[in-house]
Amino acid sequence: MKLLWLLVGRDLAQGWRSAGLWLPVAFLLLVASLYPFAVGPDAALLGRTGGGMLWIAALLASLLPVDRLIAPDRDAGILDQIALRGVGEEMVVIARLVAHWLSFGPPLMLATLPAAALLKLDGGTIAKLETGLLAGTPALAALGLLVATLTAGLRSSGALAGLLALPLAVPLLIFGAGTLGDGSGAAIKFLAAASLLLVAITPFAGAAAIRAGRE
Amino acid sequence: MSGAALRLSDVACVRGGRMLFRGVSMALEAGGGALLSGPNGIGKSSLLRLCAGLLPTFAGQVTRTGGVALADERLALDMDLPLHRALAFWARLDGAGPDALAGALAAMDLSALADIPVRMLSTGQRKRAMLARVIAGGAPIWLLDEPGNGLDSASLTLLGEAVERHLAGGGIVVAASHQPLPVAAPVTLALADYPPFEPNDAEAAA
Repeated sequence: MKLLWLLVGRDLAQGWRSAGLWLPVAFLLLVASLYPFAVGPDAALLGRTGGGMLWIAALLASLLPVDRLIAPDRDAGILDQIALRGVGEEMVVIARLVAHWLSFGPPLMLATLPAAALLKLDGGTIAKLETGLLAGTPALAALGLLVATLTAGLRSSGALAGLLALPLAVPLLIFGAGTLGDGSGAAIKFLAAASLLLVAITPFAGAAAIRAGRE
Repeated sequence: MSGAALRLSDVACVRGGRMLFRGVSMALEAGGGALLSGPNGIGKSSLLRLCAGLLPTFAGQVTRTGGVALADERLALDMDLPLHRALAFWARLDGAGPDALAGALAAMDLSALADIPVRMLSTGQRKRAMLARVIAGGAPIWLLDEPGNGLDSASLTLLGEAVERHLAGGGIVVAASHQPLPVAAPVTLALADYPPFEPNDAEAAA
């Protein structure tokens, strides 16, 4: 457990120093402030479509930090050095998942509040959006990390990561945007289920990818 | 630290579909040192990674008793952190105390540079920082890849002394180098002696 927190602490500090924390937040706010310029300042239209737009922004924002999640540490030999100490790659990926979500999920949820104000969303929609993001951001973080482990060591991995992650993120977008309109609560359950599945798979699949990429 | 051992039996290595060497056997007990020599590309670094368990063997077996510390061409220190904090992460992971870290910094004559960010260090200073990481970790088996590269003569002496102390304390050192090192190693392994196929085989095939 102490080991896990040591790794999480380092990953958080690295994320903080490399300014990866502000990139998704700035992206989300930028999209939210540009969207009214594109569709016009019609409050009703903005209120109806803004929630979905924020989900797309959150999805794309989750791809921004992908190329600094695994590749720099792999190239610097840090992953090898951790492995030498008998620490499983699964532990490395779990630690990184925790750190990545902490530096991505909550800041994004906070940034959603001013973004929602820019798009004239009503209180009910904001509450649904925040609940959906709480359930969905672990999945986005896990997906980003998984793609980062798969593409680490490849050239132009950033572009490839986007191509790999976006098709896999479609269900998240459907269920995420679905939570906004639907009153039955089914969409949020599907979203949470997708989150659980991705969070459960990522440590094992990511660890296998890191081991396979070792040369 | 006593009881450390590193055994290679009939090890062969294949990288990128090409066999680098085969039939390498070596047995090192506590206090044993080995020097791997050979020209560039012969597989010295690969053999060290095999010893570390980071590469699978193509044939043969590697058995280790005791922890391993590896110093290869990659620094594995966070570039933006001051040197002592970058090293402290590994020391904490190794369960080594601040005393071990201070001792390692002193052994590599880095105490004065402890507050300098890693990215500002010169090539030789980075190499010494890497060796300090190995010393501070307290692992019995040291795998050093070209430890003398970029070191000035004073630092080479420090390296020799550190290796000597480690061997005297019951550690194991395997160093790969294409140039002579000031390291007293009883075993010298020239990888050129372990070609992927026998010359006779080639003649027979031809």
